[in-house]
Amino acid sequence: MKDSSRYQYRKWIILSLVLCVFIVYFIRLLFLQVFDDQWEIRAKGNALRYVCDYPPRGLIYDRNGELLVTNTISYDLMVVPRKVKLSDTLMSELCSILEISSEEFTRRFEKAKAYSPFVASIFDRQISDETHGYIEERLHRLQGFYLQPRTLRKYLTASAAHSLGYIGEVNYNDMEKDAYYAMGDYIGKIGIEKSYEKELRGIKGCQILLVDNLNREKGSFQNGLYDTAAVAGKSLWSSIDKGLQEYGEKLMQGKRGSIVAIEPSTGEILCLITSPSYNPSLLVGRERGKNYEKLHKDSLNKPLFNRALMAQYPPGSTFKLVNALIGQEEGVINKNTTYSCHMGFAYGNRVLGCHAHASPVDLVFSIQTSCNTYYCRVLKAILENKKKYKNTKEAYDAWYKKVKNLGFGHKFNSDLPYELKGFIPESGYYDHYYGKNRWKATTIISIAIGQGEIAATPIQLANLVAIIANKGYYFPPHLVKAIGHADSLHCLYKTKHNVGIQEAYFLPVIEGMEKAATSGTVRSAAVPGIRIAGKTGTAQNPHGKDHSILVCYAPVDNPKIAVSVIVENAGFGATWAGPIAGLMIEKYLNDSIARVELEKRIMDAVIY
Amino acid sequence: MKKAKSNIDWTLILLFFILVGIGWINIYSTTTEGNGIFSFDTNYGKQLIWIGSAVLVLIFTMVINYRFYPAFSAPIYILFTIMLVLVFFIGETTKGATSWFGIGNIGIQPAEFAKYATCLLLARYIADNDCDLTKNKHLFVAVLIILLPMSFILLQNDMGSALPFLFLIFALYREGLKSWILISGFSAIILFISLVFLKEWIVVIILSAILAFFLWTLRKQKRIYVGVFLIYAVAIVYVFSIGTVYKRVLKDYQRARIEVLFGKIDDPKGIDYNVIQSKIAIGSGGLTGKGFRNGTQTTLNFVPEQSTDFIFCTIGEEWGFLGSVFVILLYALLIIRIFMRSEHQREPFVRIYGYCIACIFFAHFAINIGMTIGLMPVIGIPLPFISYGGSSLLAYTLMLFTFINLDAKTNHWT
Repeated sequence: MKDSSRYQYRKWIILSLVLCVFIVYFIRLLFLQVFDDQWEIRAKGNALRYVCDYPPRGLIYDRNGELLVTNTISYDLMVVPRKVKLSDTLMSELCSILEISSEEFTRRFEKAKAYSPFVASIFDRQISDETHGYIEERLHRLQGFYLQPRTLRKYLTASAAHSLGYIGEVNYNDMEKDAYYAMGDYIGKIGIEKSYEKELRGIKGCQILLVDNLNREKGSFQNGLYDTAAVAGKSLWSSIDKGLQEYGEKLMQGKRGSIVAIEPSTGEILCLITSPSYNPSLLVGRERGKNYEKLHKDSLNKPLFNRALMAQYPPGSTFKLVNALIGQEEGVINKNTTYSCHMGFAYGNRVLGCHAHASPVDLVFSIQTSCNTYYCRVLKAILENKKKYKNTKEAYDAWYKKVKNLGFGHKFNSDLPYELKGFIPESGYYDHYYGKNRWKATTIISIAIGQGEIAATPIQLANLVAIIANKGYYFPPHLVKAIGHADSLHCLYKTKHNVGIQEAYFLPVIEGMEKAATSGTVRSAAVPGIRIAGKTGTAQNPHGKDHSILVCYAPVDNPKIAVSVIVENAGFGATWAGPIAGLMIEKYLNDSIARVELEKRIMDAVIY
Repeated sequence: MKKAKSNIDWTLILLFFILVGIGWINIYSTTTEGNGIFSFDTNYGKQLIWIGSAVLVLIFTMVINYRFYPAFSAPIYILFTIMLVLVFFIGETTKGATSWFGIGNIGIQPAEFAKYATCLLLARYIADNDCDLTKNKHLFVAVLIILLPMSFILLQNDMGSALPFLFLIFALYREGLKSWILISGFSAIILFISLVFLKEWIVVIILSAILAFFLWTLRKQKRIYVGVFLIYAVAIVYVFSIGTVYKRVLKDYQRARIEVLFGKIDDPKGIDYNVIQSKIAIGSGGLTGKGFRNGTQTTLNFVPEQSTDFIFCTIGEEWGFLGSVFVILLYALLIIRIFMRSEHQREPFVRIYGYCIACIFFAHFAINIGMTIGLMPVIGIPLPFISYGGSSLLAYTLMLFTFINLDAKTNHWT
């Protein structure tokens, strides 16, 4: 019998070696399966594919329910390079359908292959209807290619391009800011499309599919438990009046400038016209890139520049309205204050000129005749108000605050795309420019008549008239009045801004403006049968002929529309801006134009 | 001699059926085609047939007189060695390894049975009263018994089937193999691994430092200096020759798999793919797993060879940490129980045979699961009783139930 006990101790060595392996594997599994969660994520990355279902984008209507922007379907030709059996016949067939060269075909194919051989890439974008039908018939022969429907915007108006805006493919920035977006998604780039992106886009649906190691679909993940349905985007009702907008753009053809019309009681923008503009349909479809390039490069007309919100002009005489209001509120003038004016306001050894008119001038008449001297004296009185303020700077700061309250020098921050602030200098600006205590009312006297440093945008001027029409308050001008439902009260801009000036102080101003329209500077804007109140302005322009400005509202007893019109390089405010404002009011309130000859003369005029 | 009393170890039999059952369930889980469990053209359908055959084999193995096994160990060994040779002439090639007999629709892999035969003959030889493994002559014969079938299998290019033979060194060790042989074996492995990471001259410096240490501690026994220098010389030769051996003997893909294991290669789409996908499968199982047939990695084919070599991925992914640990515990129970029962044997043949098959099972377990969790290089080797495949299941059934038979009948041999 063989002796077995001699080496029996060795079983413990062997057993402990074996046990060591078991324990090591146990610990390894513990870390792999319980402590480390990267594997789960990687498993999902392997097997799950998220397929998006794009909802239709919300439609945009005008204030009367007329459709402005709708959706249309277009097709992208997609290619999955791995599935394509390249042959000469296939290449020549596709090349002739798409009207591309064989080099271009190879270039696109290689690009798609470089992106991924298994995942679909776009081979040709937004194929025309005709070509689409043609390809559809031959699809069975074009293995590896398929047509991906895509929603495109379709504009039912050639106007309002800047307000409506456009959509475009998201860029890396967009994707970084909002995880909602994926490569190839569309996003509103500007205008209403951008401001209301969240409402318009709806919610993407997501289907989670299982794919195997060769990227073949293998059904839905957990029977669709985590799939979500797409939610359609909400429709918007814009405050824009399509008819008025189109009419205004026609009036402005051949001219540079802007028309802004606001409904004073709500702050709703009735039209936002910038000229020259472009047809919004240009930025949709296959030619989009080319067209954008062309518009972008047009440095003479700058059609992509939204003058209504971004052009900053000296407001000229229209700013006298501001000083008339603030002067009363500050208590330095009242309705009966009169100043005499003899062809100008003399200060130091200089004279700020005025035109010939009767003298002395009271408040109402100063507006009616647009007297420069009167407002120089008003500003001087405001800034040298020793009773209320220690010095000019303090008085100026009070004035500055009131001007800001009237909507100048800041953005409205509503749904408007890319507004600019205009410019109202702070006292610090003058301190810096002239030195502390080295400036006084006469140093900066030109701001009394809206010249000098100050600058305002057309929409700020329109808002000023809306404030006067409302006798003391405004709603931030905005472009959308209802979301989701035509009668919905869901509007974001219902906050009433009181400008801090008593209602009574508006009455003489309004009286002056109305008289200007009947027998003053604003006569050119008068519309028979409608009570209009207005004020002209002429913005001095260092680069050429003065800009013609006119602001007005109508009817005086029940204001429905406040308008600002600026025609660049058109000279005195009454000449061009007046008739245009008048026609806009006539169009909006009467819905038809009686003065056909005037209309024709304006439309045909070319002022560059 | 009194009649041997039957003392069947039901625990081992139960472990066998649980493991086979787990195997079948997981093979079924990874197969998406086929309808009903009796679709015999699918892997799980075929495995059902193999399990049926295995039951027949185990009954046959159990009813044979226990004396048959030691008596016929030599003929069985010769039979399967001849079959290993025959494979070269009439065998079929899959994945680079010519190791199959195709009989109709099914394939037989003699290498798996050769392990069984080797265990039997090795036990038979060492159990002999005259055999003393400390003597070079006897050790030479024992090693020859192991190396003969192993080298044929290596020639068939089937690294996976050959490797477990090396684990029989533990059985030899238990029976008196000199300790320094085992220690040098481990040292060689450690040196090899260190050479994957370190330049040869750095390893030489470390070895020289160790030499200096020994020279200092043994300074009072200068007689041993000769032996110490000899070992040092062998180690240095080994260090410089292993690089050549490594490059000449191992194939490119085998070297790559080793380098992947030690993180020297990072190529998740290529050579790394199997291991990464396997780890993703097991790791994503979490504590409780994704549930039966819900594993995305395995049912969607990300893991290769998922019903054979990588079957443990399915277990890890669908049954989670709890399932994996349960399976590991089953193997631990099986292997340790065979060791313990062998130790209690008075009959050396049964003891040595038990040690041999426990070593083989342990080799398969350690290499297979180690590979799926990234602790071993990728080597094609089945997980005993669980992996899909007829030859392996039948061969392991033979091994295990031969032991159960011997163990039951011979427990009271005197």
